Amino acid sequence: MATTEVERRRGQLAALSIAVVVIVVGVPLWWRTTETYRAWLPVSQIRELAKLQLQLSADVEVVFARGTVTPEQQKKVPLTQSQDEDRVVDEDTVMRYRYETRYRTATVMEEDALNKPTAAEADLSLHTLSESPCGSLVVYVIPESSALLPEDVNVYVGQRRTALLRLGAQMRDGKTLEQLLSNLKPRIKEVLQVMSFSHADITAALSDRVRFNPGSRESIADSMRAFKSSPGYEITFSLLNPDPKSHRIHWDIEGAVQTYIQPLLTKLAPLANFSMDSQTLHYAVLGVNPRFDSSHKAYMLNADSLAHVINPVEARLGSNAASSNPVLNFLLYVPDALRSPLYIQDHKKQKVPSNAFHSPRWGGIMVYNVNGFYKSEAEFPVDININMAKVMGVFLAQLRLLLGVQSSSTPTGFLVAPCGSAGLADWELDRLMWSRSVENIATATTTITSLAQLLDQIGNIVLNDNIAQQVSSAVSSLQLAVAELEAGNLGFALQYSKDAIQASEKAFFDPSLLHLLYFPDDQKFAIYIPLFLPMCVPILLSLIKIASEARQRYREKKAKND
Amino acid sequence: MAAHRCSHLVWLFLLVSLSAFLLSDSQETTLTDDNHDNEAENEQAPPESAKQTAEQPAVDERRWEATEVNEVIPGDAAADKHDSSASPTAVPVSMPQPKDDMQEELVIRPLHSGDIYASFQFRTLWETDFTKGKKVSHYRLFPKSLGQVISKFSVRELHISFTQGYWRTMQWGQPFLPSPPGAELWVWFQDSVTDVDATWKELTNVLSGIFCASLNFIDSTNTVQPSASFKPLGIGNVTDHRFLRYATLPREIVCTENLTPWKKLLPCGSKAGLSVLLKSEKLFHSSFHSQAVHIRPVCQDWQCKTTSWELRQTLNVVFDLHTSGGAKREWSFFKMFSRTLTEACPLASSSKIFIDITDNPQEEQFELSPATPLLSQAVVLGDRRTFSVYDLTQPITFGTMRSLNLLIRWKSTEGDMLRPLLHGERYVAGYGLQTGEIHTLMYNNHPFRSFPVLLLDSVPWYLRLYVHTLTVTSKGKDNKPSYIHYQPSKDRVRPHLLEMLVQLPPHSVTEVTVQFERALLKWTEYTPDPNHGFYVGSSIISSLVPSTVAMDTNITQEQPLFSSFFPCKEESSYFMRVYTEPLLVNLPTPDFSMPYNVICLTCTVVAVGYGSLYNLLTRSFQIEEPNPGLAKRIANIIRKMRGVPPL
Repeated sequence: MATTEVERRRGQLAALSIAVVVIVVGVPLWWRTTETYRAWLPVSQIRELAKLQLQLSADVEVVFARGTVTPEQQKKVPLTQSQDEDRVVDEDTVMRYRYETRYRTATVMEEDALNKPTAAEADLSLHTLSESPCGSLVVYVIPESSALLPEDVNVYVGQRRTALLRLGAQMRDGKTLEQLLSNLKPRIKEVLQVMSFSHADITAALSDRVRFNPGSRESIADSMRAFKSSPGYEITFSLLNPDPKSHRIHWDIEGAVQTYIQPLLTKLAPLANFSMDSQTLHYAVLGVNPRFDSSHKAYMLNADSLAHVINPVEARLGSNAASSNPVLNFLLYVPDALRSPLYIQDHKKQKVPSNAFHSPRWGGIMVYNVNGFYKSEAEFPVDININMAKVMGVFLAQLRLLLGVQSSSTPTGFLVAPCGSAGLADWELDRLMWSRSVENIATATTTITSLAQLLDQIGNIVLNDNIAQQVSSAVSSLQLAVAELEAGNLGFALQYSKDAIQASEKAFFDPSLLHLLYFPDDQKFAIYIPLFLPMCVPILLSLIKIASEARQRYREKKAKND
Repeated sequence: MAAHRCSHLVWLFLLVSLSAFLLSDSQETTLTDDNHDNEAENEQAPPESAKQTAEQPAVDERRWEATEVNEVIPGDAAADKHDSSASPTAVPVSMPQPKDDMQEELVIRPLHSGDIYASFQFRTLWETDFTKGKKVSHYRLFPKSLGQVISKFSVRELHISFTQGYWRTMQWGQPFLPSPPGAELWVWFQDSVTDVDATWKELTNVLSGIFCASLNFIDSTNTVQPSASFKPLGIGNVTDHRFLRYATLPREIVCTENLTPWKKLLPCGSKAGLSVLLKSEKLFHSSFHSQAVHIRPVCQDWQCKTTSWELRQTLNVVFDLHTSGGAKREWSFFKMFSRTLTEACPLASSSKIFIDITDNPQEEQFELSPATPLLSQAVVLGDRRTFSVYDLTQPITFGTMRSLNLLIRWKSTEGDMLRPLLHGERYVAGYGLQTGEIHTLMYNNHPFRSFPVLLLDSVPWYLRLYVHTLTVTSKGKDNKPSYIHYQPSKDRVRPHLLEMLVQLPPHSVTEVTVQFERALLKWTEYTPDPNHGFYVGSSIISSLVPSTVAMDTNITQEQPLFSSFFPCKEESSYFMRVYTEPLLVNLPTPDFSMPYNVICLTCTVVAVGYGSLYNLLTRSFQIEEPNPGLAKRIANIIRKMRGVPPL
């Protein structure tokens, strides 16, 4: 009896020690060897970014010219006011617009400038007086009697960051400065919405984050037309010559690009990198056969059929081998001799005067008729020299549209100065920078949060240090960008938002995320079961047995004590 | 001028107001300009736009928008705008001389076997400079995609070929441009490239996209840097082979999807000129098909004052008489390509067809129709050949039918082909799956001259070469190579590279043998069909072969394209490259359900062993009462049923 008891005891101890070895050594060993490496991610910060609270601060300087404020009002100037406006875009995104307005009276030199005969000259000399930083505005309030602006124009938007605002009679009703200012405020806000940002623009820029709710038709069309923000763009000009037998075409694309496109791109340089190239495609035909219209004595391309035009051409355009940036295509189509002249018809069966059309987020096509070059004896081939000024005018307009430089509808009474030799006014650039910064931030936050979500859901993805580093740098750039926007430093904000987008894309598309062949859990356990089941069942059973015996003995002991 | 502008704007105003009322889903984008007339338009805008928004048309109908331009031409260009609205007038324009030039050419050589060899060459020359940092971005005849590749990756020379089938030198003679089966790519980079390997990797990926081929499978395990066999073919005597990369993919299958992007690089596409003949359904129904792209810088003139970039696109095809010819021994364009020619490519400065009639001076072998009076002689591969020439730029070539359907009708099957002077063969010997031996045979068929050849062998790492077994024998005697360059392989990193310079005695066979051992691969390293075997690329034999006629060393002189590819340095010999057959080697191949079986088996064994050990350790053993016998147990059951106490 005693020996069996000792034997039993020894068996129990052996079972216990095996269980201890399995639990202390086996389980950690298995855990360590099958673990996937996952670097640390700033999850809490990413979660904060998922709730985006953006504050855009615009500095406005309002300068009163002589004759707009009374002397006693003048004493209270200068002063500073700030105005906040909160807009909830959706439950996760809140926009706050802050306008820091400083009021002062005009200096003598500014008065001189404002006395120039035309608004354009005044604008130019005001600009030379003071250079306002990126993202800020100066509004000069001029008296009603001023001859600078024509009769029915109340606001003149200059080429740089200045605007002239005529003080209407009804605004001067109030005696005190406060009343004057409160009368002025809506007008200044209107100017701001034209020259820096409006809520519609910002919501359009946020379309990556926020489900777009159709506000107005115009804004949908505008937001769908322009290319998405990207660190670089490739611009390709293609000359399509479907009939090289009859047309020998020469286009001086090199000179034209230097003269017309390069100034605009130089101006847009802070926004993105642009590269340009051109090619000539022979025997490239449009996808539809235009119909001959006897009333116009010309071939007509219907607006409805435009959608089918570029498909066969696109196959020959070729993607850019050297980079993965989006490509803006501009095609110049010279119709073949048998099918010319060719005109584009709009929905009202009217000829489109520019004979060009554009496709949102793709590019533009212009049809260039060369019938004037045909001599009476119809001698082919004819040499054709393309008038690049005409072509580039169209392409430049399309480029502005596709890049999102909006010539949006201005309110009544506004007069916008023509853009200068660069093809882009300073405030238009600012406007673009505001919306691009917001767009970049929205895109980067979406990318980072969805990456974090994905990694959270699939625990088997290996997360290397370099990805974690990219994510952290994206998060910190995002935080900096948001802070800079809040501080009103537009240039820095854009730069940081670009960095953020680059880092986040790099992290998201890192090939190492896909390297591991991750198996579903059920398959993994199918492989483990032949090993685990026969090993664990005896251990578990003997542990249960030992436990029940111990309990019984404890009970007996208790009964004995009682 | 002012009146003109006014009328323009009034018209515009009418259009805008009309459009605002009538038009609902076409948008004119109006760019405001500096004219004061615009205010009127502005004042009318708000109520109308409200009307527009009320209608709410479908957004996607608006994808195509007419672009309307009032005036966007800045500054000085604004003046030009006004004559643009008038119809363009025919001004006598001085056209600048284009800096690029394109030539196309087709050579047809009737082969003695009755097959026919057709070789297309398209050459684009462009006087530009990709090298000197200046960004090249405006392309005319040169394809943009290749130009971007050259400038982005600082490529000095690029040679790429895709071949389906093996060129049978002994039956067909020498091809104008040799190529190994599968894909071959060799590139010389400029010496400004710092990280050649990374650039090479990126370049192969981009080229794989351009040509729709699996060039992305080129990695360090199949890339070599030959030290002597591949010299630059263009100008520039860079011989530092650090900037050279060479790789072949003998497994690559070439088909239509590779031909389409190749044709897209041609200025005339497949719409005009010789390229209309390139129809894939016929081209791939052939014994041999090879297409290639060669890019290199070349001299424009004799003194080499100006350089230009040359893009040569070649396509060689051998049509098989027996599979497509039928009973009649005749060939025509229509039969070969299912097309006839009607015009030259209007962009080409020269467009010619050459028919090799050297062996057929009196038309005793075959008959050509339509006949051509033009004859031309050219020295090709050490031999003076005579060609009938059809110039497609002359309308008379097409005759009254306005189409050219060249017909070759065979008259006799006799005729002797000149045996090629240099020829190579290769095979694997040995049995079993452990070791083997690679034999390479090089034939010198020259009756009295011996000449040196460079042999290049690139063998994958999984065939472990035993270099000490390397033997070179000619005519039964040991033939010591005068130069050997051997780079041993590293497992999973780089292949073996063996290069040697061997003198081939006249009229002899030289045999190079080397033994190897087959390595075991990891189970993920096997190809999808491992029992098919593993390919080993062709050996490459490069040589200067003594020529029977004086070679033309002036490369810039007008001569047919097919005879001017390899630059010729001396008159007495010509350069030739011969590719041997690729090898197909079987490696020891496991059963691929093995991993799971191994896991299951191991687990079961472990579990059984563990179970008995566990039992031994934890069970206590006691002596048991012997069991009562079966009879006793049955008796007890019966007694129980009867209610009697058991025994």
